[in-house]
Amino acid sequence: METKETVQVNSESVFNVTDLSVSYGDFVAIKNVNMDITKNKITAFIGPSGCGKSTLIRSFNRMNDLILGAKVNGTITYQGVDLYDKMVDPVQVRRRIGMVFQKPNPFPKTIKENITFGLKVNNMTDNMDERVEKALTQAALWDEVKDDLNKNALELSGGQQQRLCIARTIAVEPDTILMDEPCSALDPVATKKIEDLMQELVKDFSILIVTHNMQQASRSSDYCAFFTTKTSDDGKRRTGELVEFNETSIMFTTPDQELTEQYISGRFG
Amino acid sequence: MDNVNNLRDQLTKTITRPIEKIVKFFITASAFAAILISISIIFTLLTEAINFFQDPAVTFKGYFTATRWTPTFQNPEYGVIVLISSTLYIAVIACLISFPLGLFSAIYLSEFATKRTRKVIKPVLEVLAGVPTVVFGYFALNWITPNIIQRFIPGTGVFNALSAGIAVGIMIIPTVASISDDALNAVPNSLRNGSLALGATRRITSLKIMFPAALSGIIASFILGFSRAIGETMIVTIAGGQYPELNLDPRSAMYTITSSIVNVSLGDTPHGTTAYNALFALGITLFIMTFILNIGSDYVARKYRKEYE
Repeated sequence: METKETVQVNSESVFNVTDLSVSYGDFVAIKNVNMDITKNKITAFIGPSGCGKSTLIRSFNRMNDLILGAKVNGTITYQGVDLYDKMVDPVQVRRRIGMVFQKPNPFPKTIKENITFGLKVNNMTDNMDERVEKALTQAALWDEVKDDLNKNALELSGGQQQRLCIARTIAVEPDTILMDEPCSALDPVATKKIEDLMQELVKDFSILIVTHNMQQASRSSDYCAFFTTKTSDDGKRRTGELVEFNETSIMFTTPDQELTEQYISGRFG
Repeated sequence: MDNVNNLRDQLTKTITRPIEKIVKFFITASAFAAILISISIIFTLLTEAINFFQDPAVTFKGYFTATRWTPTFQNPEYGVIVLISSTLYIAVIACLISFPLGLFSAIYLSEFATKRTRKVIKPVLEVLAGVPTVVFGYFALNWITPNIIQRFIPGTGVFNALSAGIAVGIMIIPTVASISDDALNAVPNSLRNGSLALGATRRITSLKIMFPAALSGIIASFILGFSRAIGETMIVTIAGGQYPELNLDPRSAMYTITSSIVNVSLGDTPHGTTAYNALFALGITLFIMTFILNIGSDYVARKYRKEYE
């Protein structure tokens, strides 16, 4: 792949974020973000509503391009390549950096077609049946659906639908999975399944997850970024900022910042 | 106990509120008026149509098998099949024009257009829907026929099915486009995002995900468009001609159900004659056709609404 500039980076990191800010028109959703995301680890983004964590995660696979008026400043490099370089094709980016959304969004097709769609789009049409089985197995869904692969995906339960969306994402063999509050629409049992699944997946993928569930972040992530909103002096604008980025074990025991401590102990947010 | 009695007095009906009752009566009456009017239309059509079939010159068999529609001739023939085939023929030409154009504009509007372009195009489409059909009729006769049809197919008559069909097609583009656009917009945005996040392009996303997801709404728009094409009157009367024999040549004039109704009701035909009563038989035939199509469209649309609830 051709790029103008290649940044020398820590080989352990998959993304390097430098002075990143994202705005929608005049509204700055999040600014001054600097962080390195480590390969094959789970990195969680936590913080109160409106702190820009969903906005941030959408800039990692250029989903923000789809929102009218959204503008990304600063740089995100992905394995050394600037994701926002003019020559970079967002379609190619999304093939490598998969995404699972807040609400399960299976296509109104059969379970099998939900997975083969991505395979066809990515020209991975050899051994389709094997690939379908592998993806569903990896997503811990195979045993539940192997006998009704031709059933409409909308007939599955919410938790199964979300695991199908994960299966569909990993079937196209990305190396990174972005998860935007993947459990917020699920009950605790389904949530537990997804969390267990993440521990399996992280062996093969780098995972970024947005969550507003602090237990989830502390249970399942290796690194944790805490964001909050700062209100401008005139009180009119609220902008998200990164407060602390740390190993999860440190963050939840001896955080560097007072604000983190307050948020984690439930004193605000 | 005094308190309870006191309260009971306060709560007892003392005022009759006559205006409430009057308003309620008028509102209820309006709602039932529509139903009552529909029923009386059907009743009128039916009784007159029965009169038509009581003439010994008319038989059910002849109605559906004769290949000429000549009620005012010496030996009248009442072959409704001529009119039905003309009607369907022109409607099919109209659909060949309006389905692809309407659907593509809907896909463009909902999937590709920016908000600004959408703001311009959508009202323009709606203006097209507001053009009186008589204008389309003269447009077909005085512009489409000489400038397109006769130029490319020399020898075509002034009145021909092709020109009328194209004009009807243009007329129903907004119906198809607007309902299909609504159907595409009703598909949750999350499906679009899900597809794009898998590395699908906009083209694949719109054709393989959004289009199938909106399919029942799109089919409903097709059925409704077809039903409008069948019921269209002015365009086919002005530009389609009155050729009362069975034929399937698009260059030839044709004779649709609606334009034969217009011709009978224009006045030459005396009241109470069989030729006059034929009008009602045609009316009920047309009514049944569009009624079935509208019910079909409603059924499909309802089915599609369920999918995302």
